[in-house]
Amino acid sequence: MTVPNLVGAGLIVIGAGIGLGQIGRGAMEGIARQPEATGKIQTAMIIIAALLEGLAFGSLFLGK
Amino acid sequence: MPIFAKILTKGPLLKGAQMKSRNLFLKTLFFSLALAFFSVSLWATDPVKSDEPTHEEPADQSVSTEEQISEYIAHHIKDAHDFHLFSYNDASGHRKHIGFPLPVIVYTSQGVRFFMSSEFHHDDSGHQVVESDGVSLVKYHEKIYELNSGEHAVSFDEAHHPTNAHEVIDLSITKSVFGFLMVSLLMLIAFRSLAKQYKKRAVPTGFGRVLEPLVLYVRDEIARPNIGEKHYKKFTGFLLTVFFFIWTSNLLGLTPLGFNITGQLSVTFSLALFTYIITQFSGNKDYWKHIFWMPGVPVLMKVILAPIELLGTLTKPFSLMIRLFANISAGHIVIMSLLSLAIIMKGSMGASGATILALGLSFFLTLIELLVAFLQAYIFTMLSALFIGMAVQDHEHH
Repeated sequence: MTVPNLVGAGLIVIGAGIGLGQIGRGAMEGIARQPEATGKIQTAMIIIAALLEGLAFGSLFLGK
Repeated sequence: MPIFAKILTKGPLLKGAQMKSRNLFLKTLFFSLALAFFSVSLWATDPVKSDEPTHEEPADQSVSTEEQISEYIAHHIKDAHDFHLFSYNDASGHRKHIGFPLPVIVYTSQGVRFFMSSEFHHDDSGHQVVESDGVSLVKYHEKIYELNSGEHAVSFDEAHHPTNAHEVIDLSITKSVFGFLMVSLLMLIAFRSLAKQYKKRAVPTGFGRVLEPLVLYVRDEIARPNIGEKHYKKFTGFLLTVFFFIWTSNLLGLTPLGFNITGQLSVTFSLALFTYIITQFSGNKDYWKHIFWMPGVPVLMKVILAPIELLGTLTKPFSLMIRLFANISAGHIVIMSLLSLAIIMKGSMGASGATILALGLSFFLTLIELLVAFLQAYIFTMLSALFIGMAVQDHEHH
């Protein structure tokens, strides 16, 4: 792996980390406000997290 | 009610002579396969002829330095032509490999050739030449090459590409294909027995009690809400198959057998391809209209959006493919890296301390991987259902 690749990989992971944190925070706040909607919120959270993860892994894979 | 149910419940088998004969057939099939499995493995544990160590590798071939460990992990992640469980050095210093061979089926320039991978004698550097009915074959980095006629040894250029050999069409039963077949067989046995039970009773017994809630979960929590009440029945079969196949393969990957089925790009590619084809072929008029001529936006926008939307149909299965592959591969790499801490830290922590550290860390990571195994199957199924749902749902026109 060359240096630009490594820097790019680091940036991808930072971005994905921020994104996942935001998703988690949003879900937590939603659950705290409406505990009865926990199941639905969790499902939506996992889907969004999976999409984000797919993007992050995809870019890591393409930049390899 | 085959083997699982019997183990789980220890209850009586289903009554009825016909049922019994079918059970007998299934059990016989299962046991004969298991027997074949173990007999082959026993045969393979006979001391494998240890070839003269090649000049590239150290004499004892043990894995001790960091480079060797990363090479070993990279090798584990890849598909292989034989089962390799472990290796050790015997008293005379020869490297012994324990495992069993798998059939190699290759389509060469001279036609199809079939032999067991034990003929390569665990050689992966291209030095062991297998003569098979007029064709010389070598295995290099788990790829099988056919030597050009008249050549007796393979030679490589600087980039490690063979110069006097060409690739063959490889249809071998590799480790992953073997695992694939094993998972299919397990699923066939488990779900066939579950399906059969519903003819006799409303509530399944034995292992069926474990499977029924999972099947209902996929149907009621994944297929029904995402695809819609009207169409979900058509796609539940596919979603169930994908879910249980991925989950079982992921779990099989956590056993010490060294499977890495869903960590193969070709496997995840095929799974994603199914989702892609099913989505495109079940798409209704609205779906295609929203791709090629998006309603409700200016004409210029429609022209710009069409290629983007068309590309979007491809990126969805692409991300499905990469996600599963990357997650499972990453899990395997991390677990193996933590295990090899025992080797790396041996100098600074002592053998026992390093082993305890490596085992402890990898134990907890394996627990997380158990969760990931389920989660990835769930996500793949969920997103497949979502994509199919997008294609088949009826839009309300405003």
